[in-house]
Amino acid sequence: MTVNIRNIALFSIVGLLIVGTGLVQGWNSALLILNMGLISAIMALGVNLQWGFAGLFNIGVMGFVALGGLASVLISMPPTGEAWSGGGLRVLLGLALGAGTIAAAILTQKRMQGRARNWATLAVLVGGFFLFRFVFDSAVGAIESVDPASTGYLGGLNLPVLIAWPVGGLFAAGAAWVIGKTALGLRSDYLAIATLGIAEIIIAVLKNEDWLSRGVKNVIGIPRPVPYEVDLQQDAGFIERAASFGLDPTTASTLYVKFLYGILFAIVLIILLWLAQKALNSPWGRMMRAIRDNETAAEAMGKDVTARHLQIFILGSAICGIAGAMMTTLDGQLTPGTYQPLRFTFLVWVMVIVGGSGNNFGAVLGGFLIWFLWIQVEPAGRALMDLVTSGMSDGYWLKDHLQASAAHMRLLTMGVVLLLVLRFSPRGLIPEK
Amino acid sequence: MDFLNGLVAFLNFVFVPGLAYGAQLAIGALGVTLIYGILRFSNFAHGDTMAFGTMVTIAFTYLFQNLGLSLGPLPTALLALPFGIAGTALLLLGTDRLIYKFYRQQKAAPVILVIVSMGVMFVMNGIVRFLIGTEDRSFLDGERFIISARAFKEMTGLQEGLAIRTSQGLTVLTAVVVVALLFWFLNKTRTGKSMRAFSDNEDLALLSGINPERVVMVTWLIVACLATIAGVLYGLDKSFKPFTYFQLLLPIFASAIVGGLGNPLGAIAGGFVIAFSEVTITYAWKKVLGYWLPESLAPDSLVQLMSTDYKFAVSFAILIIVLLFRPTGLFKGQSV
Repeated sequence: MTVNIRNIALFSIVGLLIVGTGLVQGWNSALLILNMGLISAIMALGVNLQWGFAGLFNIGVMGFVALGGLASVLISMPPTGEAWSGGGLRVLLGLALGAGTIAAAILTQKRMQGRARNWATLAVLVGGFFLFRFVFDSAVGAIESVDPASTGYLGGLNLPVLIAWPVGGLFAAGAAWVIGKTALGLRSDYLAIATLGIAEIIIAVLKNEDWLSRGVKNVIGIPRPVPYEVDLQQDAGFIERAASFGLDPTTASTLYVKFLYGILFAIVLIILLWLAQKALNSPWGRMMRAIRDNETAAEAMGKDVTARHLQIFILGSAICGIAGAMMTTLDGQLTPGTYQPLRFTFLVWVMVIVGGSGNNFGAVLGGFLIWFLWIQVEPAGRALMDLVTSGMSDGYWLKDHLQASAAHMRLLTMGVVLLLVLRFSPRGLIPEK
Repeated sequence: MDFLNGLVAFLNFVFVPGLAYGAQLAIGALGVTLIYGILRFSNFAHGDTMAFGTMVTIAFTYLFQNLGLSLGPLPTALLALPFGIAGTALLLLGTDRLIYKFYRQQKAAPVILVIVSMGVMFVMNGIVRFLIGTEDRSFLDGERFIISARAFKEMTGLQEGLAIRTSQGLTVLTAVVVVALLFWFLNKTRTGKSMRAFSDNEDLALLSGINPERVVMVTWLIVACLATIAGVLYGLDKSFKPFTYFQLLLPIFASAIVGGLGNPLGAIAGGFVIAFSEVTITYAWKKVLGYWLPESLAPDSLVQLMSTDYKFAVSFAILIIVLLFRPTGLFKGQSV
């Protein structure tokens, strides 16, 4: 009972912080924090599933989030007809050849015996690689030359963007399957490095494969699941309703749009949280925790540890993919250059550890709280620096330096928060039961 | 003649840069592998430790430049290096006392220490960005080249030039000295032997009267040296940017794991394996092959297997291949 009161109190504090932001900095900022907080909470749920339930050390969250973002582009953007007729099928053929090469290499490695085995595998890989590049390169050239300033990529399927959310989850799940198949049998440190590496590779692909994601030229104007502010401002009914709340149409429209996003995100979060709670309290969840606490004992009881690990690795990554698709939808653009491991991988880890690993509500709380801090530390740092430097004369080098550096207070604060929680409250704010 | 030209182009664009990069990775990986061997966790803050050491060295370099001190043809950074090492050593010993010691006494699981090192990584990253900012910095001064491309061409009369930068020569030379000193220390001195004993079997080492705190302290001191040297050499060779140093974490870990975590010899081999694979796979071979192949076979395309942006993919692919076929690395490392 006391635990429950404590939890409600903790969530209320975070709620008050957001409401406080609304009163001090305006409701637009508050809703922005709330929306990104919802997405962060979903990412934290995914990581908590892997780390809290199963003890899997995944530091490639960024990659799965980016794959989700790619899904929103591939689902919702209109297709570029000219690019498709120019090289679309050839690109697909090239990719199929690449996948076929890898499959053939694995098959050779498995089927053949003796000394020739490794040479044959190598020959298959090298031959396949050149064939793949031959087909692929010309197709990519054809696609990227189609009006590179505005398209130059294949585009998407022109479907409603909401479909991209589950598809983002599927993309991430597919990637997780491949990584899990190769790396999950290894030790925890190796899995960490493997996931770190794959995340960097996914970002490199998004940055460089212009035919797929326009690379660093970014995809902008991804269709929205909610109305546009401009349309709302011209809607007579909406203006009237806004006036009845005492708001001018511009403010009302921005608030309304953010509010709708918030509702959509909250629905997803509640569904996922409900599912995660169900899973945690099911026999399956108990088995997972048994495996986490003692792999050898669980294996002796006849549990297939590797298969269960693979399963939960895929599920957790899929949740991160969904969150990634939602985030790209909220931004309305895919900007591969902005994915940074500190922000998208390690920050999510701070959320899970601070909130309480092994507890879904803890992860959600951590998501909201840490995101709030992440946003608010910057103005707070600036205010602090203004205070510190108030005695110095303008143009003094130290004053300029301190004020310019205030932006970097974020990382420092996150690190200190993480270390303090690990030291003094290692089970997090809402510990596992 | 064509063969020689091709060879020179190969040396200039592949071998020399690969050798320098490999030496930098090797020194970085030695630090990671020592921490893993003695303290038994993967230190994610290593890249940022390197950045910190380089930052202190840069600060002293600027100071010496202002005072008019220099080493003539050699970069002033060499003069500042001991101060950088001292600063890093203070930071690492402080971190250990404040943070890691608690978990060591608790006998926390290695994975907890890894998460703790993530926190340390955030803090160090924040400190570095706070103090020096995020922009690119070059702090190389003195003579730029040992042999410049033009001088080489005039000397040999070849079409292709071979340029060896001072930073590359220094890197390789320093790496040899550092590695020799480290192996001498680990194999010949009493402290080094006690470190190896501690790494092989902690309980037995404790029973024979080895003081664990002393071993840990010496380890951090050596790591401070290695991290700062690796960071400064990399910075002299390329340039200093905090984010790049953070990203070096992946190739450094790949080197240490490919060689066998906890095995110093493996870290060196791993560093060169990773560096040469990265360079050979992302290099456009058109020029070299143009010299080496008969004219009818000369390539039209760049013959670049992968674009340079995929160099992470190369370290990663090698890491996976080695792990799948030899899980303990090329040299036998520890497996926990």
